[in-house]
Amino acid sequence: MKLAAAHCYTETPSTMLATENSTLALRVQGLRKAYKDVIAVDGLDLEVRVGECFGLLGPNGAGKTTTIEICEGLLPADSGNVEVLGRRWESDAADLRELLGIQLQDTQLSEKLTVDETLTLFQSFYRNPRDVGEVIDVVELGEKRSSRVGTLSGGQKQRLAVACALVGNPQLLFLDEPTTGLDPQSRRQMWDLIAQFQAEGRTIVLTTHYMEEAERLCDRVAIVDHGHLIALGSPQELMDSIDVSNLPPPEPRKTSATLEDVFVSLTGRTLRDE
Amino acid sequence: MSDPQPLPAKPAESPKSGRVPFPLTDEQRAREHLPLKRRGFRNSSMVQLTLVRFREFIREPEAVFWTFIFPILLAAGLGIAFRQRGPDKVQVGAVTSAPGSAVVIQSLKKDSTLVITAYDDSAAARALRTGKVALLVVPTAVKDSVTYVYDRGRSDAVNARVMVDRAVQTGAGRTDPVRTTDSYVTEAGSRYIDFLVPGLLGMNLMGSSIWGLGFAIVTARSKKLLKRLMATPMSRAQYLMSFLASRLVFLVLEVITLLGFGHLAFGVPLRGSLVTLMLVCVLGAISFGGLGLLTASRAKTTEAVSGIMNFIMLPMWIFSGVFFSSANFPRVVQPFIRLLPLTAVNDALRANMLEGASFAGITPQLLVIVVWGIVSFFAALKLFRWR
Repeated sequence: MKLAAAHCYTETPSTMLATENSTLALRVQGLRKAYKDVIAVDGLDLEVRVGECFGLLGPNGAGKTTTIEICEGLLPADSGNVEVLGRRWESDAADLRELLGIQLQDTQLSEKLTVDETLTLFQSFYRNPRDVGEVIDVVELGEKRSSRVGTLSGGQKQRLAVACALVGNPQLLFLDEPTTGLDPQSRRQMWDLIAQFQAEGRTIVLTTHYMEEAERLCDRVAIVDHGHLIALGSPQELMDSIDVSNLPPPEPRKTSATLEDVFVSLTGRTLRDE
Repeated sequence: MSDPQPLPAKPAESPKSGRVPFPLTDEQRAREHLPLKRRGFRNSSMVQLTLVRFREFIREPEAVFWTFIFPILLAAGLGIAFRQRGPDKVQVGAVTSAPGSAVVIQSLKKDSTLVITAYDDSAAARALRTGKVALLVVPTAVKDSVTYVYDRGRSDAVNARVMVDRAVQTGAGRTDPVRTTDSYVTEAGSRYIDFLVPGLLGMNLMGSSIWGLGFAIVTARSKKLLKRLMATPMSRAQYLMSFLASRLVFLVLEVITLLGFGHLAFGVPLRGSLVTLMLVCVLGAISFGGLGLLTASRAKTTEAVSGIMNFIMLPMWIFSGVFFSSANFPRVVQPFIRLLPLTAVNDALRANMLEGASFAGITPQLLVIVVWGIVSFFAALKLFRWR
């Protein structure tokens, strides 16, 4: 018993951070959101610590995007509490918009503008922005600086979308499937960029369908399905919780489980078509 | 991870707001004091938003064509088609089968405003039916008698009846008891082109405001760009104002090109005060801007907004006296036609340009324009869907 009590204080370093510094970048409690005929989010609780890279995983239609958009102040919740950087959307919307950087899944930026013009526009909205040239360097779009957005490749457009999120100099970055559809080079470049942002002590919440990506980038991940939280922890913790020998035959046998094994064993193998 | 930089030490104290302690890097804290003024006028969000409107417009060659080139082509085409050419020639058919036809044709040919074509029976009937001739002259077997065959409902046919009859009667020896002489005048301002140019200007003001705002806003909404912008601290009022600001700049160019062309190429008069003329244009453009905003307030797709825009604009193209006078419509609907914003703009423009009406003279029209602007603007803001 004594040992168990001592264990409480020597848990993973990430937990210590939370107990030492009670600051949370994001706190979601009992979040509920229903559309006409579907319940998208059904009583979700989440806590993201400052400085953390947090992954929100789940099959299509699990409620990830809805959750993120509520946190971004783009959708009203039906019920529940959302606190972002200690503030609430009802009372501090203007402050929050200054502090958040957002990349949406399906935004198409104006094709007629150049990279530079797009970022200068976004920059002009913020009180305390970053330099446009600097952000262009961060996303490695220097050569495309004067090119029209319409001429960019998918990966370049995605990087520009992230640059638009960065140019406001945010404290908290929400990235909704930032690497979907990217080639391996662009994806690695995006990973570097996320790591660099985190190295500055800032917080990232991202969604992804790539378990390898979540494993590499995220300090902790939450797996959601049908609007519920079904698993939460560091990728390692989740992988350790799986007994490889219990996996059904088609899954490749390995010495240890991957995050994908965890994901599939928790959310099942049924196809989810949106 | 591949990041070479060491993690910066987490600062313990809170940033300027003092509300929530979360870490800021030194670099960020340095920026905190970057004064807003250093950003300058050009980098203010209002100027940037307006510049975006300019760029999006100029980089869309079709939009430039429809706004600037098309009205000029239309004015030139219609101006030439309806230019003054002296009285129209009247097309008349004469049936040659009867015995007296040669004499009749002889007397008709003396009148230079008549164009005579000789036909046999069946060809004559076809010419009348297809509108090739306005009237048929059929000499009968009885001496000194003709029959006129024509449609009494067609004004050109009735006119032809009068002219043909005069030619036939004088040819047969009738003399007029009163001596008459004609004195011809041509008044700039009474020609079709003079009527047309103010109408085209009004139509253009309406079209560019409604298309310019409606299409751009709905495109941004359908591409989720509006939603993305809503997630920034951008001022919504500034976003909407940027459309009006860019409209007003392009408006000056539109007015100058169209009126300049009409004035220089066709001598369309500008009899009223140019300041009042510009005021009508500015108020008109802003008022139509409100309508544009209203059309764009809820539509989610560009297809939907195109339908709404045509629904709003088509009745005004027809009723508001762009190509022909709205006085052609029945009296009962006149009060409604006068309340349409495009009618008010067109009437005010024509009164100013053609009659030299003063500001006071066009107050009722200005009032209609302003009321439309205010009502549609507030309705639009009430209905507007930002997502």
